[in-house]
Amino acid sequence: MEQLLQQLINGISLGSIYALIALGYTMVYGIIGLINFAHGDIYMVGAYVGFALTTFLGLGFLPALIISMLVCSILGILIEKIAYKPIRNSTRIAALITAISVSLFLQYTMMYFVKPDTRTFPTVLKSKILTFFDGKVILDVKNIYIVAVTIILMIGLQYIVHRTKIGKAIRAVSLDKDAAELMGIDVNKTISYTFAMGSALAGAAGVLVGVYYNTINPLMGAGPGLKAFVAAVLGGIGVIPGAAFGGFFLGMIETVVTAYGGSIFKDALSFGILILVLLVRPNGLLGKTVKEKV
Amino acid sequence: MKKISKKNIIAFLALSLTYLLGLVLIDKGIIDSYLQLNITLIGINIILAVGLNLITGFTGQFSLGHAAFMSIGAYTSAVVTAKLGQPFIVAILVSGVVAAVAGILIGIPTLRLKGDYLAIATLGFGEIVRILILNTDAVGGAIGFNDIPQYTNWTWIFTMTVVTIILVKNFINSYHGRACKSIREDEIAAEAMGVNTTYYKVLAFAIGAFFAGIAGSLYANYFYFIKPDSFGFMKSIDILVIVVFGGMGSIAGSIVGAIALSVISLFLQTIPELRMIIYALILFFIMVYRPTGIMGRDQIKLFKKEVKTNASIESK
Repeated sequence: MEQLLQQLINGISLGSIYALIALGYTMVYGIIGLINFAHGDIYMVGAYVGFALTTFLGLGFLPALIISMLVCSILGILIEKIAYKPIRNSTRIAALITAISVSLFLQYTMMYFVKPDTRTFPTVLKSKILTFFDGKVILDVKNIYIVAVTIILMIGLQYIVHRTKIGKAIRAVSLDKDAAELMGIDVNKTISYTFAMGSALAGAAGVLVGVYYNTINPLMGAGPGLKAFVAAVLGGIGVIPGAAFGGFFLGMIETVVTAYGGSIFKDALSFGILILVLLVRPNGLLGKTVKEKV
Repeated sequence: MKKISKKNIIAFLALSLTYLLGLVLIDKGIIDSYLQLNITLIGINIILAVGLNLITGFTGQFSLGHAAFMSIGAYTSAVVTAKLGQPFIVAILVSGVVAAVAGILIGIPTLRLKGDYLAIATLGFGEIVRILILNTDAVGGAIGFNDIPQYTNWTWIFTMTVVTIILVKNFINSYHGRACKSIREDEIAAEAMGVNTTYYKVLAFAIGAFFAGIAGSLYANYFYFIKPDSFGFMKSIDILVIVVFGGMGSIAGSIVGAIALSVISLFLQTIPELRMIIYALILFFIMVYRPTGIMGRDQIKLFKKEVKTNASIESK
């Protein structure tokens, strides 16, 4: 029982990181219908920016988080403008291959400049350990920070999407791009905003993961990127609460499986879940069914 | 049945001559072992790319797990030759068949998915295969499979490459191949015209997997050492880059792409990061400026003749 509780605590921390990345995936997919393979690598860039800010400039946790989010949102906008805009009307396969190429480009350009070594993230948050159940369940304050930041960001996102004008534009464009344009919405600008917000969340996740695990490397984006995609599909891609749910769900499943001796099959498991969900409920657990137009 | 025309004979002679020339040059030591290694890699890449082209280029099903079929072939071949001591030809065929069965098994459920979802499902499948092999101690696990007899030589590489090209080319030009192409162009319309889309998608998948299995077998029995990490996501991307670079839906393109990219990566061997950056840029610029690849959907004229002649010899 205590062990399960302990794993759930770890699972929520890991899950909140997945959820942050998954939110960006879902937003981008919702608006341009493209699996942004580069999203995991934006998260990696976010981690490196956070690393540089805290190590070389000696900034604290919060300023590093905010600057990293800003840098990532600019990167996201640039990627959209340079890479995805020219192929907006191409075939699905062409769009996917372009996304893969952007992902490879970010990974290996980063590797070229910072070398493939794993870096140690400085301790910006002091570890303070709380114990429960006679020391059988350990709760690090870091976990609380991570979950708190995630929840604040999610509430912020929910507010922007549902309460502001730009959020309304985003919802309109994702519903019907052409009709939105006819109503006087600047589609290009809306897509840029979406990329900026999604990438900012990924950047935040990058800094959080650096703080949590203390290590970063140029290829760290590929794994969590795919996991976050699985999370997004699990909750129903394009559905914002679905992505959050999927992220937490996947994080918890992974830690629980790891704890009960299945660590070697952890990655296989999440892809197994993905294939299963795609086959049984392709629109995700929280998604609505969409009829195909002929 | 078509007659053996003059062109057919010329093409047949050209192929035999190429083969003999290779044999003599290797025998005389002009093609040293380093060059031979690269020729072998080019041959394996051609087989892989032609197979993937059938799935992605001709049938329009985006697969990101092609390396998984290669790994299944490689490990099957390793077991058949090293552990069971069977001859190489048996190993090649068994590898192909096992990979094809895996292709059918994964194809039937996942091919109901479209576009992006299929890509992700195949990617997931590839990872699952890699992790399963990684954790199977009977085939070496993470340490890798050692001491596989080295059977692959110029003759095997040349024959298998030519056979693959001829078979796939014939398939594409047949009734079945046209059914596949109709699925690529418009799946719903193809279905409405009476094409059994599921059947043809699985068929293309199985054939592609079959040849990937053969390529894996050649790979395993050339390097006499395989490890699961050689067949990861990056290997699938390598094959995809060849197909996209050469042209989706062009066999000649796959051949040109395999040769060109093998040569490029040869020069960039010392700086692997740069190789991947260049691969990424190639993918990007091709997708933005020439989505059909360098060969488009055309075939080289000379090449076309060659294959047609062989095709008619084959069907005799």
